[in-house]
Amino acid sequence: MFDRLSFPQPWLSLILFASWQFLNDGVSGASVVMGIILAWAIPQITHGFWPERPAFIKSWRMPAYLVRVIRDIVVASFEVAKLILSPRQPRPVFVSYPLELEHPLAISILASTISLTPGTVSVDISDDNRILLVHALDAETDDEVIDAIRTRYEKPLLEMFE
Amino acid sequence: MITITLYITIGMVTLAALLNVYRLIKGPDAPDRVLALDTLYVNAIALIILLGITLGTRMYLEAALLIAVMGFVGTVAMAKYLKRGSVIE
Amino acid sequence: MSQFAEYAICLLLLTGGAFTLVGAIGLARLPDFFTRLHGPTKATTVGVGAIVISSVIYFSSQGEGIGIAEILITVFLFMTAPVSANILAKAAMHIGVSTVNNTRGKPWEQ
Repeated sequence: MFDRLSFPQPWLSLILFASWQFLNDGVSGASVVMGIILAWAIPQITHGFWPERPAFIKSWRMPAYLVRVIRDIVVASFEVAKLILSPRQPRPVFVSYPLELEHPLAISILASTISLTPGTVSVDISDDNRILLVHALDAETDDEVIDAIRTRYEKPLLEMFE
Repeated sequence: MITITLYITIGMVTLAALLNVYRLIKGPDAPDRVLALDTLYVNAIALIILLGITLGTRMYLEAALLIAVMGFVGTVAMAKYLKRGSVIE
Repeated sequence: MSQFAEYAICLLLLTGGAFTLVGAIGLARLPDFFTRLHGPTKATTVGVGAIVISSVIYFSSQGEGIGIAEILITVFLFMTAPVSANILAKAAMHIGVSTVNNTRGKPWEQ
């Protein structure tokens, strides 16, 4: 009975609790009670959707990664804007990117990062989670795209999840 | 100065919304239309926030937040329908 | 309101409006679905992000405190943009939309 009252994913519960306080525009008794109920109930209900418990081994590396990604998002939008406004035709390419990451959460973080940064959108992943299909808006060669993703995003994520 | 800038920005975002409507009508495929709708709701959020600054009230932000949540769910539902032929299996 | 805040708000508003417009231009003029996907996911998201930040600065310089709802909107947009782009790309690949002629490589067969 009492093991149902646990918080299987403390970070998710914490984020849910904090965002409920923000949505209420200020902390009050009612919002704290409701926040605790939500922080308990939502991880329990969505339990089946997490195949294995996500574990950040080195979560302190996350802020540096986020700063790099936000910087790249701004740079990326300028590049895409330049390309959209220039009269020449883009040279789109589909690249099969061989993944080194194995953790599902790490792969989904990488895929989201790819979609938000320089001229690339992640399209699909192979059934055995080994190859990621990436569409690049404008690239000379396949290797250029693969190298950029490998050095800028996958290496930091590998260090974070190993 | 802020008032003039606000009007210019509202003009830009409205023009952007019109371009989205052009893509929505022209298509040619269903995913293009869903993408146009997706961009349209993001532009609607921008317009609501701009309206909030113009009128000096924060009341409209709740509406913007709701549009952000519902628009995402709508896009995912439509994309899933295109892919699988049903939304809830 | 301080002079600095006013300039910052104007700059952010114009940047945001310009990016939103560029995203829409990309959606209207790029040649095929997969290239069109790039405009909205990046330019529009950043544009709306800039507009939201200008709103945060505006209301906090009016002495109303920092708006949490705005920040939640931004975080939510940045979290959902890649997901919806990915699922739309999957749907397009499943339907088999045509790609522009100079595309190298092929989408996978489903």
